[in-house]
Amino acid sequence: MRKALIRVAAVAVAALAVAAWVTRPVPLPDDALAELAALTGDPVAGESVFWAGGCASCHAAEGSEGEARLILSGGQAFPSDFGTFRAPNISMHPEAGIGAWTLAEFANATQRGVSPQGSHYYPAFPYAGYALATSQDMADLWAFWQTLPADGSASQPHDLAFPFSIRRSVGGWKFLYAGAGFTGVAETEAQIRGRYLSEALGHCAECHTPRDALGGLDRTRWLAGAPNPSGQGNIPNITPARLTWSESEIAQYLKDGFTPDFDSVGGHMVSVVANLSRLSDDDRGAIAAYLKAQAPIE
Amino acid sequence: MTRMKLALGSVAAIAFGGVVLAAGHADNSRQIEARNGIMTAMALNSSVVGDMARGNTEYDAAAAQSAANALAGLGMVGTGLLWPEGSSSDDVEGGRALAKIWEDRADFDQKWNDFAAAGVALQAVAGDGLEPMQAALADLGKSCGACHDTYRKPQ
Repeated sequence: MRKALIRVAAVAVAALAVAAWVTRPVPLPDDALAELAALTGDPVAGESVFWAGGCASCHAAEGSEGEARLILSGGQAFPSDFGTFRAPNISMHPEAGIGAWTLAEFANATQRGVSPQGSHYYPAFPYAGYALATSQDMADLWAFWQTLPADGSASQPHDLAFPFSIRRSVGGWKFLYAGAGFTGVAETEAQIRGRYLSEALGHCAECHTPRDALGGLDRTRWLAGAPNPSGQGNIPNITPARLTWSESEIAQYLKDGFTPDFDSVGGHMVSVVANLSRLSDDDRGAIAAYLKAQAPIE
Repeated sequence: MTRMKLALGSVAAIAFGGVVLAAGHADNSRQIEARNGIMTAMALNSSVVGDMARGNTEYDAAAAQSAANALAGLGMVGTGLLWPEGSSSDDVEGGRALAKIWEDRADFDQKWNDFAAAGVALQAVAGDGLEPMQAALADLGKSCGACHDTYRKPQ
């Protein structure tokens, strides 16, 4: 009896140790940080990374337009099956925002979802995609960040259901879903550039790919559409099974926000077009080439 | 007498029932039809200037001007008659107007007025050459999206 109890206790301790190990926050490895430290960031190149990455779509205040989209004061609410996430202030304000961070802290947050204090960020922040970005793009982005305004608005807390309210549980999510690598098909130079823009920076799949019960992307249905997390309607399937527009029609839509029939862009995609309209024609063409190269999924 | 009472009572009941039924089902089908038609007219006219702006067709000052005139005119239609209370996508079939419109009607009307102003601005320059037309059309496109991001139901 006593032996059995000891055995149960030993198994429990081992299980806790495994759980603690699995859920621990893991920052970027030393060699990646060393590579980053050796780079010089270019703020002009960083501006393109900023728009391609869609930072302003979530972190600018609700309804911001034009230059106001550079004020990353946070506050937008994002409903989900797990509760409501609220985008934090990531402006250059040293206390309310992230103005006091180092490049390494910025990269750990953006590419590993680990805060400077060593805790997890929730994956509403698409760091699993940003993990695929190059170190140079991260350095350029951080150089551009230094040119952005500071805003003193306080970040609002998330409103999540148990057990998702326990940050450490995010470690389990990362263990299951982060670190997946590129998923879509890309062969030509343009398609490869488009895949980088779509998967590493633009995170199209976050909305256009369905999720499983724990919120992980179903990579077998890449870009095949998903229920709208707002509860109303669906995010469209943008594989060639449904997105039948030509490559140039897609590229033009991403620039001026008009469909081939000159209906206008709507919903959250309005903000995406506001971002992508700031990229070059080549980059928008690359995204279109990538989308047309995907396997059609009904 | 009893029969008379019964008959009057029945007439009253039917009439009253009819009124209740009518109140419960305000018929906004013509408003929806008009809204959808106006949106289609906007799209058709935008396509004339839009295809020129995209380089899909050659710039034609007269055609651009007449499309811009139409867009400016469509802006003058306003929102008053076309978006009555009880005509959201929760209330009626065939429309995509979110109930949010009536939660912040002033903002919705402002978005329409921004479109109307963009239409007038486009009208002023549409015949002056490709570049000024492109710039004014870009603003007009933004005014479409500014309303559709918040107030149009996703498909």
